[in-house]
Amino acid sequence: MTQTKNYGAVKAARIPVSLGLMRLEKTMRKLLVTTATMAMAGLSLAQSLTGAGATFPYPLYAKYFDEYAKLTGVKVNYQSIGSGGGIRQFIEQTVSFGASDAPMTDEQIKDARTASGGSNVLHIPTALGAVVPIYNIPGVSAVLKFDANTLAGIFLGTIKTWNDPALVKLNPEAKLPPLPITVVHRSDGSGTTFVWVDYLTKVSPEWARQVGRGTSVAWPVGLGGKGNEGVAGVVKQTPGSIGYVEAIYARQNKISYGAVQNKSGKFIQADLPSIRLAANVVLPGDARVSITDTPEPGGYPIASFTYILLYQQADKNKAIKSEADARALSDLIYWILNDGQKYNEGLEYGRLPEVAKARGMSLLSKMTYNGKALR
Amino acid sequence: MNRDLNLRRRYWRDRLMLLLLGIGTVLALLVLFLVMGYALVNGVAALNWDFFTKDMKPPGETGGGLRQAIVGTIIVDGLGLLLALPIGIAAGSLLAEYPDHPLTPPIRTLADTLNGMPAILKGLVVFVLIVKPMGTFSGFAGAVALGFIMVPIITRATEGVLTLVPKEIREAGLALGLPRWRVILSLILPAARAGIVTGVILAFARAAGEAAPLLFTSFGNPFLTTDPLKPMDTLPLRLFQFAISPYADWHRQAWAAGLVLFALIVLASALARWATRRRL
Amino acid sequence: MQQTAPSHHRRSLAYSASGDRVFSVIIALLASGVLILAVLMAWELYSGGADPIRRFGLLGFLTGTEWDPVIKKQFGAWPYVLGTILTSIGALLLSFFPALGAAIYAAEYAPRPVAVVINYLLDLTAAVPSVIYGLWGIFIMAPFLRDHFYLPTYLWAANHAPGLLPFLGNPSGYGLLTAILILAAMVVPFTAALARDAIALVPAPQREAAYALGATRWEVMQMAVLPLSRTGIIAGAFLALGRALGETMAVTMVIGNSHKLPYTLFGGAATMPSVIANEFTEAVEPLHLESLIALGFYLFIVALVLNIVGGLIIRRQAALARGVL
Repeated sequence: MTQTKNYGAVKAARIPVSLGLMRLEKTMRKLLVTTATMAMAGLSLAQSLTGAGATFPYPLYAKYFDEYAKLTGVKVNYQSIGSGGGIRQFIEQTVSFGASDAPMTDEQIKDARTASGGSNVLHIPTALGAVVPIYNIPGVSAVLKFDANTLAGIFLGTIKTWNDPALVKLNPEAKLPPLPITVVHRSDGSGTTFVWVDYLTKVSPEWARQVGRGTSVAWPVGLGGKGNEGVAGVVKQTPGSIGYVEAIYARQNKISYGAVQNKSGKFIQADLPSIRLAANVVLPGDARVSITDTPEPGGYPIASFTYILLYQQADKNKAIKSEADARALSDLIYWILNDGQKYNEGLEYGRLPEVAKARGMSLLSKMTYNGKALR
Repeated sequence: MNRDLNLRRRYWRDRLMLLLLGIGTVLALLVLFLVMGYALVNGVAALNWDFFTKDMKPPGETGGGLRQAIVGTIIVDGLGLLLALPIGIAAGSLLAEYPDHPLTPPIRTLADTLNGMPAILKGLVVFVLIVKPMGTFSGFAGAVALGFIMVPIITRATEGVLTLVPKEIREAGLALGLPRWRVILSLILPAARAGIVTGVILAFARAAGEAAPLLFTSFGNPFLTTDPLKPMDTLPLRLFQFAISPYADWHRQAWAAGLVLFALIVLASALARWATRRRL
Repeated sequence: MQQTAPSHHRRSLAYSASGDRVFSVIIALLASGVLILAVLMAWELYSGGADPIRRFGLLGFLTGTEWDPVIKKQFGAWPYVLGTILTSIGALLLSFFPALGAAIYAAEYAPRPVAVVINYLLDLTAAVPSVIYGLWGIFIMAPFLRDHFYLPTYLWAANHAPGLLPFLGNPSGYGLLTAILILAAMVVPFTAALARDAIALVPAPQREAAYALGATRWEVMQMAVLPLSRTGIIAGAFLALGRALGETMAVTMVIGNSHKLPYTLFGGAATMPSVIANEFTEAVEPLHLESLIALGFYLFIVALVLNIVGGLIIRRQAALARGVL
């Protein structure tokens, strides 16, 4: 009797698993369920959104989303994979929103339109930032001065040591050692790179000819670090190195950063006023604009807006699964453009100028879900 | 005289070789000791209760923990194991018990090939096959990528152990009139249980330490989630991000993450051994 | 009670010849998961990377030296192929003798408890996650090498042998040599484990015969054991090579991620897996993305060839051992 029952219990689906392993499997599953329930305790079934892209505003966005989660319970998962990645995953529609400091090119916008079946792309500016040259030279604490030619020379590999005459001439008071220069650039597609090489392309014909501008370029020299974090990490670890990062990464980690000569010949170390001056431009209708090499006498020459990328017809984005998702996204961006701005200056990012904020709001109001306006 | 000298030279040579072998052994294990030593010292120094009970903080702020990554690791790795077990054990049994089956030779070669394939390629394929169609990164996609890593290891380990089971057991079972499936399920697999578990643990450890295939599958998440259809954080991913960052507090937590990850692997293997040993 | 009839029925069905047939079909179906995974992988990598391969040619893509997504829009894999070859071969050469030494020592010399400990530790080395090696590489090994080896060598060369400088490259601590060293440490257990097994497979009478001739312990190794286990040892080296080729995270963390040729000893480099890890989520241009997948396809082919060759060697070793018995 028992015998028979046992045979009946051997179900087809179980067949390939031995008895012992069945138990192992059961134990593992039990373990899984227990941990899952334990974890559930700390979890409210709240709305969640996924975004990816720029590392340039990552400390700011992490702050925004941390505060926003406390405020509304909406959890925004932002992964700083680089602006190139943000644009790419945005086109692939694996994220609710992308983020980039480099505005999408016309080509990329066309790709996004094709991928989504005709939706337009919105660039919402969220903050202003500056890309600064950071360096780690043992024994040098002074703020080094750089002009367009020395920066281009270093990153092209023609200036190889810290005591190169061009650098000594700009910085006669600093005791520059005969250390080899280790250039550190991004290994991933990056909006910070875009801003940096956009500047170099504007000021150095040699750079424009050899390397050009893009989110990832063919670097003539140097080591690659992943993200702003990676570049700052390598520079901090490596005596004799120079790299470029968003200013907050230099400040938070106490890495020295230099002053850069602007169009009117002044050496400017990036700070809030000089970034704000650089943003004093006429904003085009779609908000895509480059503000490097500013003509403002007091402006910092390597500044940029950073953008959040949205599909105008939110329903066309595969990553947005419901109207509730789309509404949550719209609310989030609204909050960033208004209340969220108060966190910018605490982290040394520029607040949006009124014009840019108004443009952002009007772009946001175009967002729809199945033809329905969301605001 | 001459012979004596010759003999002495041979003895010296023997001793010299022993010395060289000893040096080789020490060199081979030295890095392991250094890595584990640093991970232990720095990891323990960085561990605290918050590490297990709080989620991560924004960059530049100190404190917080990696609860979300620990939970994520357990879910993604566990799910991966559940996906890989039936396929791996079935394939191993097929290879060992049905040597004449037409699928046996290709499966054996392909399992070896898969095994030698860099893990990152498995992540790449899962991105194309699962992440893109689903329209989102997810813990599930990460689990599939890890399962992908485990399957061939489990397959080959199972096969290896099953072939070690004495022929007599099979013959005895068949002589009793039991069908082949019943012999495999009730006699051979239980007899090989310990070996199979070892293989499974090996596979699990290999997969649990991988960050590369998770980069574009499970993706990461600063918030705790238990929904495998959402992007999920895992310790290897977080460790990688923290290690390359410039933040001192993240470096501290990276060491702790390394230690906890290693402890999880050891714990899982101890648990598996205990669970299979105790009940039979 | 009411179960009796159906279960009896099932019993008779399950215990007839068709039960076995059903079982073998089910098991074959599950097992073909392996088949499907491998074929899917090969197909995805091939079809995803077909465009750049067609555009630059099967060999042209492999030997092209420019990887420029912006101006020339040209993708050549040679810098990564070369980086992969240099790091994995270098790691194999560095790790081979220590690994072999550990295997011989554990198998033939060490007292049993010591041998058990060594074997256990070697297995443990294989189980340490590669990110932990990378973590250690970044924070402990790279700075140590830079301060105590790279930088002094570089400064010495700058004063005394400037001709060497172009070969040494930038002594930042991140670079080719650092990657080779960390890889060497990681692949030791793979060479050691197979060498150990191969040595253990050598039949005892072989050793006894050699001892009987008055050979010293090393001479026994040299004359009787190593020649017979040679193929197994080589197979282990192949396995280690395969592992080194595919290792991603630890290498990415310390190699410096620079693809500017020519590579130098201390300077940055890049490998095929490291560039995929760096650029895959972010390549925006379709051609750039497809070139990364094409890199994966080449990696697949190399791993396939290595595995087939290694498998053949192992099979020969097994046959050899049986033949001697």
